[in-house]
Amino acid sequence: MKDKEKKSGLVPARETKIPLQPEERLDIRKILEGLEDYHSPRRPWHWREERDEPRVVGDFTYYEVSKPVERSVPLPGSRGFGYIDPQPDCVITTEIASGRFEDDVRRMRMAAWHGADHIMVIRTTGQSHIDSLIEGTTQGIGGIPITRKQCRATRRALDLIEDEVGRPINYHSYVSGVAGPDIAVMFVEEGVSGVHQDPQYNVLYRNINMIRSFVDACESKAIIAYGGQLQIDGAHNANATAMEAWKVMPELMVQHAINTAFSVRCGIKPENIALSSVPPTAPPAPCMRLDLPYAVALRDFFPDYKIRAQQNTKYMESETREATVTHTLNMVISRLTSADVQSTITPDEGRNVPWHYFNINAVNTARQSLNGLDGIRQMVDINRDGPLGERVRELKERAILFMEEILETGGYYSAVEGGFFVDSAEYPDRKGDGIARELDGGIGNDTLYRRADDYFAPVSVHFGNNHIPPQFKSASQAIGGDTFEDPSKIQFIDELDDYDNVNVRIAEKQKYYDNTNLIRPEVEFMADGTLVLTMLLPCDKRHAEAAAIAIGEKLALSECEVIHSQVMHPAEGTYIEMKGKVGFDIDLAQLVLPEEVETLSEAEIREEVHERPMTVVAATVGEDEHSVGMKEILDIKHGGIEGFGIKYHYMGTSCPVDKLVDAAIETKADAILISTIISHNNVHYENMRKLADTCIEKGVRDQLILVAGGTQVVNETAVESGMDAGFGRGAHGIDVASFLVKRRRELREEA
Amino acid sequence: MTDQGFEERRKHLADLSDQALYDYFWELAGKIVDPLIEAGRIYTTPAIERSVLLRMGFSSLEAQAIVSGVIEHRLLPHGAGHVVWKLSEKLGLEIRDTGLALAEGRHWKEAEALFGEVVS
Repeated sequence: MKDKEKKSGLVPARETKIPLQPEERLDIRKILEGLEDYHSPRRPWHWREERDEPRVVGDFTYYEVSKPVERSVPLPGSRGFGYIDPQPDCVITTEIASGRFEDDVRRMRMAAWHGADHIMVIRTTGQSHIDSLIEGTTQGIGGIPITRKQCRATRRALDLIEDEVGRPINYHSYVSGVAGPDIAVMFVEEGVSGVHQDPQYNVLYRNINMIRSFVDACESKAIIAYGGQLQIDGAHNANATAMEAWKVMPELMVQHAINTAFSVRCGIKPENIALSSVPPTAPPAPCMRLDLPYAVALRDFFPDYKIRAQQNTKYMESETREATVTHTLNMVISRLTSADVQSTITPDEGRNVPWHYFNINAVNTARQSLNGLDGIRQMVDINRDGPLGERVRELKERAILFMEEILETGGYYSAVEGGFFVDSAEYPDRKGDGIARELDGGIGNDTLYRRADDYFAPVSVHFGNNHIPPQFKSASQAIGGDTFEDPSKIQFIDELDDYDNVNVRIAEKQKYYDNTNLIRPEVEFMADGTLVLTMLLPCDKRHAEAAAIAIGEKLALSECEVIHSQVMHPAEGTYIEMKGKVGFDIDLAQLVLPEEVETLSEAEIREEVHERPMTVVAATVGEDEHSVGMKEILDIKHGGIEGFGIKYHYMGTSCPVDKLVDAAIETKADAILISTIISHNNVHYENMRKLADTCIEKGVRDQLILVAGGTQVVNETAVESGMDAGFGRGAHGIDVASFLVKRRRELREEA
Repeated sequence: MTDQGFEERRKHLADLSDQALYDYFWELAGKIVDPLIEAGRIYTTPAIERSVLLRMGFSSLEAQAIVSGVIEHRLLPHGAGHVVWKLSEKLGLEIRDTGLALAEGRHWKEAEALFGEVVS
């Protein structure tokens, strides 16, 4: 057909890529440039690679890991292990949707550097009820409007980000509401790899007509099957909605079964069907004992399907620490049973729309816990003989009885009319507080049309009766191929709203885009100015909250708001986290940075130490048992000074200063290295002063180089305390070795 | 809580093996979704028809306008894409030009004529 000749100048993705530079921020303006012609070639879901074999990472063998990434920020604790970053075997999700996709893509980049490879985008409030695709880049509330432009721009950014980190990234959003099939088509066209699709969600939580919801879902699922996307169901919402979530376990299995059986009939392969499973309870409930049998029962009944392990949010309050512990316990269940996709909910979701760094925190909670639990099933077994096995069986039977009653009542529609679902009693008990919907009610009622005998849909993927005229081998042959076969036919709409779009928002923040040296603190939108003050106020909660606001105002912060307060004691104190906004910019170009000390090359250090051997004595001083940092500075295995030929005498932990100085004199050492981690009441600086004074007393100060190190040590203050140098967080053996060599040269010259 | 209702109702399940329980679970799931799938075979909706038009190369705005016209002229049971395709054949126009004309309110008489008796 001639339609095909009208190419829109579509360019393969690779040719239009401008690689990201790790030291530069992602410029959304470059992503938007020429977007109408951009087409991402990726589409099917991507699992992590090389998952099925043990892998040695650093000093350890891991059993539940995958192929490493090329670029990442390892966990902070990795410093003690040579900065290793083992990547767990399961895909790790982060949900990002601030309302402005142009800021979200920068957060996605941060998340990818911390190990997220499944980026889920929450839709703006109300999109479910819009009976069409929406277009443009209007700002969302509690999510973003999922539009073609937004999807394409985000996918384009992710195409760059995945190249930067060296691992494919799955982009994910929702095929739900009354425009499900429209969205499903757009998602396949725009390279979306994962979707939520569950008609029960529409029915129960969005009051969309039941039949409409399931009929639409048939088409949507057929399209999802073609796209090779991973489909996640919506059963976890029952958990979040029911008044007493720990009682809905039998129903959760029923909801999973309905969507799963339905999806298979629509053509989705079992390996692309994931159950969204939440451990239903959280502490202080004895959640492991309650949730583990449920997790086992679910996996027993659904062995052919994937598990998307969602985090419990039902009992989430404003305390991020508490949410993190719940998340961690949830991951113990993931590792004791199984998880193919490990979801993460930001720990601040109980207080606001997630902020940049809480996405990263949640991803790191997953990475840390999954690393920590690696291989645990080699040593710990699920014991089915006893209460767990009994409960597993009971849950399964309750689920089956639930399904029997659905059929006895007349089927799914009758059951929903009867309020069977999201009832908070444990089936077969009923509390009568379930969600009931009418068969001929809800949004989209009266929009069903029985297909005529000659019904025809001239597209390559379609569900149900389709009478293809006999002259065509396939339905889409009638139109010379559809957009799935010829993406150049895709129609791109840019913007429909002149006042609410990304260009307007960029113009408002123009100076920050033009001059990246100009910054403000930010938590969700560029230069939003938001920062958080944490404080303990020695008073009761009500006064503390008011006092916190007063403090913020005195500090000239605007829009001050207490986001978390917690009683430490009714009278002794209240812990407060308060957010506020600053109204000024910082120009990075105007800052005076402390001088960066240049280290000598490894070869130069080695050569000099070879010519003039060097010996040091080292210990942790005071009542300090923290020896890890010191060993790292000394030990050849960790890149310590030993590797440059420097000999050391390690005197152990909590070594008295006198003993240390005597040892230095005895061994004719060139230097004394002390490590001091504990910093209460500046005890670390006192110890430095004591060392310097002892050396002076013994008349050896001029012959010895004194060096102190520790996480809280600052060079300037160490020097003021009598040291030749201080090394803080992040110092390496080469920094110390280089300093020792340089300082010895200076001393020789002075002599 | 293990209530009396449960103890009573589970009696027929009590002796089933785990495998039999598993098989029965999926048999029931299949029975529940059978009629839901059947509805998907025989019905269409405005959203399904819009999704067909999107894939035929129309934008969301165009697809919506065409589907509204198809519903108004009581032709949806034949398929909106069907209407566009059949009319393009009749008029000798491109698929896209045909759809755009319909979106602008033209050629509906010819479209109606192509499908004879209107299905309600």
